[in-house]
Amino acid sequence: MKTNIILAGVGGQGILTIAAVLDTAALASDLNLKQSEVHGMSQRGGAVQSHVRISDTEIHSDLIPQGKADIIISVEPMEALRYLPFLKKDGYLVTDSNPFENIPDYPNLEEIYKEIKLLPNNILIDAKKIAKDLGNSKATNIVLLGAASSLLPLDEESLVQAIKTLFQRKGDRVVNKNIEAFNKGKEIAMGILS
Amino acid sequence: MKKLLLGNEALAQGAIDAGISGVYGYPGTPSTEIVEYIQRSKTAIEQGIHSKWSANEKTAMEAALGMSYAGKRVMTVMKHVGLNVAADVFMNMSVSGINGGFVVVVADDPSMHSSQNEQDSRYYGKFAMVPMLEPSNQQETYEITKYAFDLSEKLRLPVLLRMVTRLSHSRAGILTGGSNKQNSLHLPENPTQFQLIPMHARSRYKHLVELQSDLLEISEKSGFNELIKGSDTSIGIIASGIAFNYLMENFEDTECPYPILKISQYPLPKKAIKHLFDTCDKILVLEDGYPFIEEMISDFLGENRKVIGRLSGDVPRVGELNPDNIAKALGFDVVINESLPKVVSGRPPELCVGCSHKDLFDVINELKKESQSQQVFGDIGCSALGVLSPFKTVNTLIEMGASITMAKGAADAGIHPAIAIIGDSTFTHSGMTGLLDCIIEKTPITVIISDNSAIAMTGAQDSSASGRLVDICRGLGVEEEHLKLLNPLNKNFQENIDFVRQEINYQGVSVIISERPCVQLPKAKKDKLNEMKKASIN
Repeated sequence: MKTNIILAGVGGQGILTIAAVLDTAALASDLNLKQSEVHGMSQRGGAVQSHVRISDTEIHSDLIPQGKADIIISVEPMEALRYLPFLKKDGYLVTDSNPFENIPDYPNLEEIYKEIKLLPNNILIDAKKIAKDLGNSKATNIVLLGAASSLLPLDEESLVQAIKTLFQRKGDRVVNKNIEAFNKGKEIAMGILS
Repeated sequence: MKKLLLGNEALAQGAIDAGISGVYGYPGTPSTEIVEYIQRSKTAIEQGIHSKWSANEKTAMEAALGMSYAGKRVMTVMKHVGLNVAADVFMNMSVSGINGGFVVVVADDPSMHSSQNEQDSRYYGKFAMVPMLEPSNQQETYEITKYAFDLSEKLRLPVLLRMVTRLSHSRAGILTGGSNKQNSLHLPENPTQFQLIPMHARSRYKHLVELQSDLLEISEKSGFNELIKGSDTSIGIIASGIAFNYLMENFEDTECPYPILKISQYPLPKKAIKHLFDTCDKILVLEDGYPFIEEMISDFLGENRKVIGRLSGDVPRVGELNPDNIAKALGFDVVINESLPKVVSGRPPELCVGCSHKDLFDVINELKKESQSQQVFGDIGCSALGVLSPFKTVNTLIEMGASITMAKGAADAGIHPAIAIIGDSTFTHSGMTGLLDCIIEKTPITVIISDNSAIAMTGAQDSSASGRLVDICRGLGVEEEHLKLLNPLNKNFQENIDFVRQEINYQGVSVIISERPCVQLPKAKKDKLNEMKKASIN
């Protein structure tokens, strides 16, 4: 089975951390993986995305074809919509509700929410607040990963282990805060999905 | 256990395992991570592999040639436009040939994600008549890199290894294994090989031409080129490098009915192409970049419509390939939908909060109000973002170093004020010689070196200019009273305007060094810079 995931956000918002957790967990689970990312000019405050493909069969393209993404995980609500041509009709969109306003023509936020809610499978959450309440606002991206976790082809154990591996350099406290963020994201999404 | 590596990192690991003694390069997206991986690699550090950045691609490639002359394996790395800078040595070292294995890595940027053009390096490889390799995926990148060094030593020619953005910047699990020791020092056997005075160059060039049949034969037999059978001969497909992946993506659930020729090694394997021509009704060429193969195998007058691809319009002429535009070329029923909900606005890149370039642009924009004839010639790097809103300060952006020399030509033509804005690293890469031209002629221009003490756009690598700019300018002959330092901070706004205005009014060369470190620099680097500053004051 092949799962196609698009990670979206603005340069500097930490989508590559989500990618790194997915990559590490996929490799440890003995699955094939391809993950493209953006370096260079766009990274400077521009729209960035990463295509993550995980499969038990061979993966050819580094890019996901249009209409073939199972999930979009976005750390910014308008950026979530930028990749809609890639999302399957019944695909899931998981996004933070907090805008990153660094452009003069940032649209009306309610209009953005309206577009998101038009999708049959959407999970729109205030991940930033959840992370902040847990005492680590930097873990917004991990809250979103948790929220998407039940939709991923990776078991929870391997994802949590990947979080441990990636954050261990920063000490136990950071590891634990991120695991809490992951669990809280998962719990809230479960409430929406059920 | 597989290692999780970017295409660029797989290439770097392949080079380390091939036994290189050095890598030389200048940062440039999408090539940067290759040298960075070697700089960080524990093995490379233990083995003393040279990996410091060079001042530009030309100095990098020349230094690499020197290492090859000494008998060691070496690699040089750059982005596609960097090869323009290094073209002089590149074209001539195919004539001289090499001693220790020499691989030239060039990362092309189809779709211009971080570049000003999408030139295709394969034309350079053909121009220099050297073997070329073009891997299709990360695992093959690792293997083809090791092979490249063997091939280079076998033919005693440099080998061009072409990457593209999507392969450079995509990760996969890679199996690595087997490594060579570094070569020992050994000088070239033929003492005249590297002496390209005309009488030697003629015989070397003749040798290069004679070698071409060997190159072809090796390419015909290469395992990296593969003819895959197919029963439906209405189309035969040639797919080079990463295009092969996008093609196969379209046949993930079914077998491709058409014969496929996968190309990852050049010169083009003639026999396999002839086989496709003889057995198929049409040939579809899929290649990322320019229509290089298509042009080579099409008939000039276009009367025989047998070959289709980018030139025929079956594949878009510009921009990178992807699974969707290839599906369309295959005649699959796909709708390429690029429309987004109306509510989505564009989000172009921008300068970081607190960036020193911003405060400089504010000053220059204020001066524009005083003199509408003011033209600002810009340069490559983060300061190029001065072209965009909200600044729109910079009028031109062409290539590395062109700010100073274009300002010169414009000043010669009568434009005043002619202001050049160039980053510190771009200045040492390609700006110094142009400044010398201006000094010799006392051209009335104002050169502002926006010094953020880093090669910022590509990830804040060390700049060759750090701590040396004043001495360099002085050495080139900038007059002491028109070599000024400016502190680009908002609180100095009014003062800075007066300061720059004064230099603009000078009818000769002024150089203003606008100095404040990049906000993205890690603390350790900032501390190091402060120490350098203290040392230079003492």
